[in-house]
Amino acid sequence: MSRQAAENIIVIKNLNFYYGQFQALKNINLEIKARRITALIGPSGCGKSTFLRTLNRMNDLIEGARAEGEIWFDGKNIFSPETDLLELRRRVGMVFQRPNPFPLSIADNVTYGLRVHGHFDRLFLEERLYWSLKAVNLWDELKDRLNESALNLTGEQQQRLCIARLLAVQPEVVLMDEPCSALDPVATARIEDLMRELRENYTIIIVTHNMQQAARVSDYTGYFLLGELVEFGDTNQIFTSPRDKRTEDYITGRFG
Amino acid sequence: MLRINPRTEQKIISYLLYFLTSIAIIVLIFILTVILKNGLPQLSLEFLTKNPADMGREGGILSTILATVFLTFIALLVATPLGVGTAIYLTEYTLEGRVTKIIRFGAECLAGIPSIIFGLFGFILFVNKLNFGWSILSGGLTLAFMILPTIIRTSEEAIKSVPMAYRLVSFSLGSTRWQTVTKVVLPSAIPGIVTGVILSIGRSIGETAAVIFTAGSALRMPTSIFSSSRTMAVHFYILAKEGVSMPKAYGTAAVLVISILAINLLTYYMMGRYIKKKS
Repeated sequence: MSRQAAENIIVIKNLNFYYGQFQALKNINLEIKARRITALIGPSGCGKSTFLRTLNRMNDLIEGARAEGEIWFDGKNIFSPETDLLELRRRVGMVFQRPNPFPLSIADNVTYGLRVHGHFDRLFLEERLYWSLKAVNLWDELKDRLNESALNLTGEQQQRLCIARLLAVQPEVVLMDEPCSALDPVATARIEDLMRELRENYTIIIVTHNMQQAARVSDYTGYFLLGELVEFGDTNQIFTSPRDKRTEDYITGRFG
Repeated sequence: MLRINPRTEQKIISYLLYFLTSIAIIVLIFILTVILKNGLPQLSLEFLTKNPADMGREGGILSTILATVFLTFIALLVATPLGVGTAIYLTEYTLEGRVTKIIRFGAECLAGIPSIIFGLFGFILFVNKLNFGWSILSGGLTLAFMILPTIIRTSEEAIKSVPMAYRLVSFSLGSTRWQTVTKVVLPSAIPGIVTGVILSIGRSIGETAAVIFTAGSALRMPTSIFSSSRTMAVHFYILAKEGVSMPKAYGTAAVLVISILAINLLTYYMMGRYIKKKS
């Protein structure tokens, strides 16, 4: 990394997570750097998606789910009772595995988040619509189709639109849960380019099954196995000289 | 064992099923033909715009049309918010558990109660206890409780069929539950909810037993929600049963059937446009 050393934006301390009796995350300690891409890899069911969803407390929606430990974001523990959940989710946004635009027009999709946060000024909404679509390189393609249904777009356009919808509320952290798994390789490459652009202004945490993707786009990589964070470090170091035998087995394809 | 050539078997089965299906259609066509053949000659502008005279032997059916419209309107006004609200509570605001099962079981039971029992209930509660008398209000409220289970059930199904992903995205953008329900869930569920409401309109318009006990059977023009009045279905029943006038009875039946048909067609047309606009 030729860039300046980054400060921590999220600090996770002794995080344990349970679904009922089942412990899905075991004593996770991790620091997420601001304006970097952190990739989380590991076999299915290792807890990486669960981990991602604790960061904006989306797991609260699951019955019987329970978290212990601390996650510090902007000087506050997000598990504290004073946390404004709606504000947390605005600041720590999420892109899902499948492109999931609302059955609304392209414009209404992008401005949805703004409207739920109480912005109704037309000029402001239009300005933010332009800005958000520009940021995901959709503006030129779609500027004449803003009132068309978002469901008519291609998979890649839909996923870009979902990212635009998220950027419109100006989050600081973008959580991506296998954002390319429903896309073809060409579309995947273009979304990865977009992630590199977004890194200038946002902190990105991406969960991926695709190790090449982690190696290509991320600055840091964490390897999860059976609910444990086995190893975390510079992406280069993880992929060239992993310290843990289990990480090595996974990235060389001997396991997983 | 007798073995049938699979091809022959296929043929026999499809003919059999075709036959069974056509019975349902034939019954429908039969009913429509009888009613329209006897009823259509009775229809005229006069029939629709004049009040009944001489116990219904003469004149038209205007007052019964209006009574039907008012009654149905009150029923929907009460039952739609109650039903949709219950459905939202059951699907979005509570976890599946004993309480939801009891509520759902209660609604199912309500759906199974014969309409004449609803009539009795309405008579005791609205007509007597609350002293609304035989009136449009008593009849409308009784119908509301009769159609409530249909509205709850269809709304619940419609809300459940809205993809979970929409809710997750909405929450992940920092919306409240209520915002998610009103901005994402309900708009997507509207076609299903409206279908339930239409079914209920059909039931309200055609209901006789529950209405005769609660709205009464006065033939004069309703002037307020406290007027006793006679709906089309009740009018038809009295004309036919008491042998007042079979032609007028058929005329009333024809208007009833045609309005239900028209409401259904109009709704499907509007839903089609709504869905097209959305997707």
